[in-house]
Amino acid sequence: MNAVPESKIRLSYKLKHDDFSLDVDASLPADGITGVFGRSGAGKTTLLRLIAGLDSPDEGVLEIGGDTLQDSDEGFSMAVHRRRIGYVFQEPRLFPHLDVRGNLQYGFKRARGKRGFEFDAVVDLMDLTSLLPRRTAKLSGGEAQRVAIARALLSSPRLLLMDEPVVALDADRKAEVLPFILKAAETLHVPVLYVSHNIDEVCQLCDQLLVIDAGQSIAAGELQDVLVRTDIPVLAGEEAGAVIVARVRQYDANYGLSRLITSAGPMWVRGEYAPDTEVRVRLRANDVSICRQAPTDTSILNMLPARVIRIKPETKSSVLVHLQAADDQVVARITRKSSDELKLEADDEVIAQIKSVSVRNV
Amino acid sequence: MNFSAGELGPLWLSVQLGAVTTVLLLLIATPLAWWLATTRSPVKPVMQAIVALPIVLPPTVLGFYLLILLGPYGAVGSWWVQASGDTLTFSFLGLVIASCVYSLPFAVQPLAAAFESIGRQPVEAARTLGASRFNAFLSVAVPMAAPGFLGASVLSFAHTLGEFGVVLMVGGNIPGETRVISIAIFDHVEALDYASAHRLSALLLVFAFVVLLLMFVVNRRMTRV
Repeated sequence: MNAVPESKIRLSYKLKHDDFSLDVDASLPADGITGVFGRSGAGKTTLLRLIAGLDSPDEGVLEIGGDTLQDSDEGFSMAVHRRRIGYVFQEPRLFPHLDVRGNLQYGFKRARGKRGFEFDAVVDLMDLTSLLPRRTAKLSGGEAQRVAIARALLSSPRLLLMDEPVVALDADRKAEVLPFILKAAETLHVPVLYVSHNIDEVCQLCDQLLVIDAGQSIAAGELQDVLVRTDIPVLAGEEAGAVIVARVRQYDANYGLSRLITSAGPMWVRGEYAPDTEVRVRLRANDVSICRQAPTDTSILNMLPARVIRIKPETKSSVLVHLQAADDQVVARITRKSSDELKLEADDEVIAQIKSVSVRNV
Repeated sequence: MNFSAGELGPLWLSVQLGAVTTVLLLLIATPLAWWLATTRSPVKPVMQAIVALPIVLPPTVLGFYLLILLGPYGAVGSWWVQASGDTLTFSFLGLVIASCVYSLPFAVQPLAAAFESIGRQPVEAARTLGASRFNAFLSVAVPMAAPGFLGASVLSFAHTLGEFGVVLMVGGNIPGETRVISIAIFDHVEALDYASAHRLSALLLVFAFVVLLLMFVVNRRMTRV
């Protein structure tokens, strides 16, 4: 991208309560969507509230793109309304005494002189034109959250914080909101910190990942690199897996499959994706298995040649095998018995069989 | 029913007193109620108890202390005499001050309840959208608490209209100055002029009912959204 070196978010926060302590130190790119991932109660919301200035830390430093917003050593903490940090909460928190237009204009009016986007452009992007005269009580959950996101964007934030904005929505509503988040971040170039404890959501949306556990930042970096860190407990669970980037070659209308090209070879995925676009493919460790030789009669379509990086014992019955498939890293969860019988060792050349994949347009 | 000018005088005075008191009380009670609704200070229960005192105390007790405080030798009264050359007790202004104290809980409690039900969340959202603390309060908390403001206004006004004991202690019975409707009714009864007492009482009864009815009707409209 066109990220200049100083367009970084540097944050360092310390906070101690009776039963909870937070100590987070991170430097994140002020660009794209950064997932803040961790279990419930890990301190993700606490961190966002500190960044927004809604709560005060014991010690805290916050710099965005070279501007200092907080520095407790200097006794400096910019007021919430001057930080220009947008916040989308778990619940929409729309103002019931204003209609949708009034809600959207609330932040827009107050950003006069610092506006980054046109009112109509954002309304259009979030597909809210027909909702403008609506009362907020008459909105569905998904619509209300879309209004809340647009309202935050219209205040022209230099950083947008999103605290599990779709956690209260059912799967259909979720699918209705997530693409708008992606679209907004990409079209409007607003850096987003996206809090979630749902790895699927993170894989769909985020470019960068910051992992928080028990109030500590334990990993940060590119999504692909951090996701395969199975030494981190929250990333080694049932949902463990990898994400790789692929390019769409063609759509087979007969079978309803799209053919993708990954660095390690071709793959088939269900559904139609536009040719020559980039897509992100999520390979869950539970869906990846390993063969010594490519099997001939199998229902599995996707096989990538790979090299074993290391084998990590997991439970009494299972191991996690880290594989290098050309430029990409893949993780397979297989039984310890299979691993022993195949006599798997580091540097072995194997075939990774992939049962199912989930895909998102980049 | 025909009312003579002499009869309507106390009614008019009561309405004036109620209106002035209500306006002043809203100005005082709004920040106080917001503080009560949002503070985590250990002093909060103490403040709550002080605000609620006029509900529990007999009006004569309240009136007695106010008489001492506002009287020409009291802390507030003596200062006022020096400043203006006039006494606070047995004056309209004295009545206004006494009414504000007497009706304070009826303004603070509906407002505090309204602010509490709103919570901090909408104001936090407003702050992140670029509104200062005060601006967020005015543009979000106040309009959202509209039913609370209606309730506080009606109750303060009606309660002030109906006060008797405090007025008698602090204001006395000066026509055009402190002779409000409740005192006038009492006078009529003492003079065994039950017909006049009836007419004023019935007027007050109907007025109180209509005001409360209006409040509940409007309140239902507002909360239905």
